[in-house]
Amino acid sequence: MATLPVTEHTRPPFWRDERVLTVIAQIIFLVVVVLVFTYLYNNVQEGLRARGLTGGYGFLQQRAGFDIGESLIPYTSDDSYGRAFVVGILNTLKVSLVGILFATLLGLLSGIARLSPNWLLRTLVSAYIEIIRNTPLLVQLFFWYMAVMLKFPRVRQAVQLPGPVYLSNRGIAIPWLQPQAGFPVWVGFVVAGVVVGLVVAKWRARYEERTGQSGYPIVAALGTWVVFVLVGWLIAPGTPASVTRPELVGLNFQGGTRMTPEFAALFTGLVVYTGAFIAEIVRGGILAVSKGQREAAKALGLNDVQMMRYIILPQALRIIIPPLTSQYLNLTKNSSLAVFIGYPDLFFVAGTVLNQTGKSLEVISLVMASYLTFSLFTSLFMNWYNQKVKLVER
Amino acid sequence: MKRFTISLFTLFVALLLITACAQNQATPTTAPTEQTGAVTEQPAPTPVPAQQEQPAAEGSLLEVVKQRGKLICGANANLPGFGYLDQEGNYAGFDIDFCRALAAAIFDDPDAVEFRPLTAKERFTAVQTGEVDVLIRNTTWTLTRDASVGMDFGVVTFYDGQGIMVRKADNITKLEDLQGAAICVTTGTTTELNLADQMRARGIEYTPVVFETADNTFGAYEEGRCDAVTTDKSGLVSRKSLLKDPEAHVILDATLSKEPLGPAVLQGDPIWHDVVMWTVFATIQAEEFGITSENVDDFLNSEDPGIRRFLGLEGELGESLGLTNDFAYRVIKNVGNYGEIYDRNLGPGTPFELPRGLNDLWTRGGLLYSPPFR
Repeated sequence: MATLPVTEHTRPPFWRDERVLTVIAQIIFLVVVVLVFTYLYNNVQEGLRARGLTGGYGFLQQRAGFDIGESLIPYTSDDSYGRAFVVGILNTLKVSLVGILFATLLGLLSGIARLSPNWLLRTLVSAYIEIIRNTPLLVQLFFWYMAVMLKFPRVRQAVQLPGPVYLSNRGIAIPWLQPQAGFPVWVGFVVAGVVVGLVVAKWRARYEERTGQSGYPIVAALGTWVVFVLVGWLIAPGTPASVTRPELVGLNFQGGTRMTPEFAALFTGLVVYTGAFIAEIVRGGILAVSKGQREAAKALGLNDVQMMRYIILPQALRIIIPPLTSQYLNLTKNSSLAVFIGYPDLFFVAGTVLNQTGKSLEVISLVMASYLTFSLFTSLFMNWYNQKVKLVER
Repeated sequence: MKRFTISLFTLFVALLLITACAQNQATPTTAPTEQTGAVTEQPAPTPVPAQQEQPAAEGSLLEVVKQRGKLICGANANLPGFGYLDQEGNYAGFDIDFCRALAAAIFDDPDAVEFRPLTAKERFTAVQTGEVDVLIRNTTWTLTRDASVGMDFGVVTFYDGQGIMVRKADNITKLEDLQGAAICVTTGTTTELNLADQMRARGIEYTPVVFETADNTFGAYEEGRCDAVTTDKSGLVSRKSLLKDPEAHVILDATLSKEPLGPAVLQGDPIWHDVVMWTVFATIQAEEFGITSENVDDFLNSEDPGIRRFLGLEGELGESLGLTNDFAYRVIKNVGNYGEIYDRNLGPGTPFELPRGLNDLWTRGGLLYSPPFR
């Protein structure tokens, strides 16, 4: 477009002045938005008043009165609705965090395997991805729950594996550590081991970068950690923890720890489903790294694993991270399908609270706020990580 | 300049869209209010000044239902005997018949009713938002629901109690045997709370396994996920008939709670509430009079002033409720009295064969007692 020759500098009338019009448009827009929201808010308030319902979040302090099947914190029916909510939030976080971790691993491996030169592996993984991606998650959850987890034998006929590990339709019971007097001290050592291990890993990695010699950062870090765990075990007063084995007492297993079939089904379902999507993201990311990089790596004499580890994946990561974030968010939000298979996640507990109190608006707003918070924190973390990965680019 | 025009145009379109969306969202919530507002202009049961501000509280749902020409009844679609779909795909059952009775009372047509299948969890919200006119879905009358949940109860159609079903093979005979058990229960029910209370009172450790729908609850129980399953005893009887091998299961004698089931309407509408209550009372009173759907026409010649008032041959009872005087006649003729409804759905000849027990007339030792029709 040709620019008009400007002969003299006069302001146009305001209805043709772009700067004025933009401001006016913004003001109109703001007014409309405010009006719409005021109207909706008043509508809700009026509706509630007309039905004799009182708003407010005071009910969260009342006694809940219902039990919850599994909880990370102590909870009884005497606790408040608020605490029940927290139990739900923790259960959602539990399945989401563990799910994200395993879905990432599964997705990464499947994505790489789909590009494998091995025909059988490639075909199997393709079949997995296509079947899982193209069927609804809810159907898959029912499959994992009804057709897999509940088809294990009943408690009294539980399958016993060495350990002892028991498989039954009450879940998987495994031996577990029972904390004793010295437990906190030992945990301190374990945590310290992780911190020191990370420092060691960083140090060895720098050494590797500086000298070009293998620094074995992972081996060194793991070794440090194991030393800390063992030393802590010996130093802590008494034995820090004893092993309890699951035993069938009456109607159920006592001792050890158990993974409920509801959790197992939800976890498996989410991991398998999200893993398939992540696999495609990973595959896309790898394919997007230019062919020249691969050829250069070959020319340097790197083998396939080294090429993946040092050349391809670091570059693919930059492409993978943003869509991966969406998958993490999806996994967290999809965990709300737990209601259908009886896993007491946030949405499930909220539903019960809603039903017992009738405070639909308040409860739904709390649920939305909670999921929003989870999602925003996930995004925040992933954006931070994305920035960090980006810096690697040269 | 051209670009600016385009962006202004886009902004305008966006504004249009937003306001249109907002209006769409607002319409469903305002619609009932507007309807009632218009209705109050017509001869209403109570003289009400036509106010546009808060008509919902002033006009009655009864007028809305009459205008609409059919009743919308919140029902269960998964509880044989009470509310379910029969082999022809029609709603049938004890609760469903009371929906039909209400439709008969208002329209003289037991089919002028639309059923909305609701889960235990959805049901109160459906009433609160006006999605259904009345909730007749094996719902227990409790103080919380009557007060803070915003329902109005008032009449009991079925006196029930919570029971527990277990497998015969497990040799469980009393609640104490359930130490350490997993117990399947449906969410959003009073049973969930009673179970927690009773087990706590007895010091029994148990794991609740909670599901959204009764189908899932009983499905998981049948798969062996739980040692026991709990709901109202009538529900257990009904569900037991659906299990693969009903004989392998047994319902414990212990009763965990009182469960008076009855219709619920939205709080704050006494006119509509009265209509629902007195329709139920009419079925009970008819059984007390010995009036059935078959012999009701014979009673039209009755000399008994009580019966004549009841059937609307004398007095203005029906009209004072906002119905026609012969509303009880319509109910009995179309649907039958309480005993007929009970026997048809739950009594001998049905798979459930539930004894009347508490659900018998007060004259026969039960709890059914209608206030006088006068």
